[in-house]
Amino acid sequence: MQPAAGVTDAELVARCRAGDGEAWNLLVERFSRFVFAICVRGFRLSESDAEDVFQDVFAKTFEQINALRDDGAIRPWIAQLTRRACIDRLRASRETPVAEMEDTAADSLGEIERALDIQLALETLPEACGEILDRFFTRDETYKTIGEELGLPPGTIASRISRCLEKLKAAMEDPELDNRHVVG
Amino acid sequence: MWSGETGMSFDIEELARLLSLLQPAPPGWVEAAQDLPRLRAGIDRLVAMAEEDAEIRARVVADLERALAEAGIDPTPRALAEARRRLET
Repeated sequence: MQPAAGVTDAELVARCRAGDGEAWNLLVERFSRFVFAICVRGFRLSESDAEDVFQDVFAKTFEQINALRDDGAIRPWIAQLTRRACIDRLRASRETPVAEMEDTAADSLGEIERALDIQLALETLPEACGEILDRFFTRDETYKTIGEELGLPPGTIASRISRCLEKLKAAMEDPELDNRHVVG
Repeated sequence: MWSGETGMSFDIEELARLLSLLQPAPPGWVEAAQDLPRLRAGIDRLVAMAEEDAEIRARVVADLERALAEAGIDPTPRALAEARRRLET
């Protein structure tokens, strides 16, 4: 977690454009879950198709980042690249009617966008909170595993998760969040 | 862009549900995407050498997998396809 807390999207893009390899790693890390979710949750691509789309999206991002007019707009740009690549993949496979899948995906994409907002807000929390919420909710780890990995008594995990969710809720409801965090 | 969700009211259950939507991508996929600049730079060097010297080009084309490996590039199917594409253009 906290791959690039405090670094705006626009800063990341500018650094990538300047050839900063670490910035590219952070950019991939920041958007990897987002792209993955659009492929597998939004468009329900097979693992093999999802992998191809995932790599194509980051390859195009790498190739075309110099052409991006607004550095802060990388997120909708990547979303659009991914959506188009998924549709192309579905068209090529001809297994699923594309229009039908586009309708289904449209519902999921809004939720995936909101999920990314939350993921990014998570980066603003103390690292321990980000870690515990990520392990429990996105990596589906048990209290026992989390306790072992983080060296915490398993009996305290539930209350920690609850407290961290409250902090996350407060962060999401803070109108100042936009100004002090990640997005450009 | 932050898409305007901040400052809104959230309930905890909804937050938890949305959090669970963004599962990590397989680590190998992420590593491959992060490795792209190094891969492209390695292929750029190889293609440049092949363009300057017909003998090198012939060797590269004859055994692309080996040429990539010798250039320090893991000859994955994706790397091979990219190198082939670059050599053809």
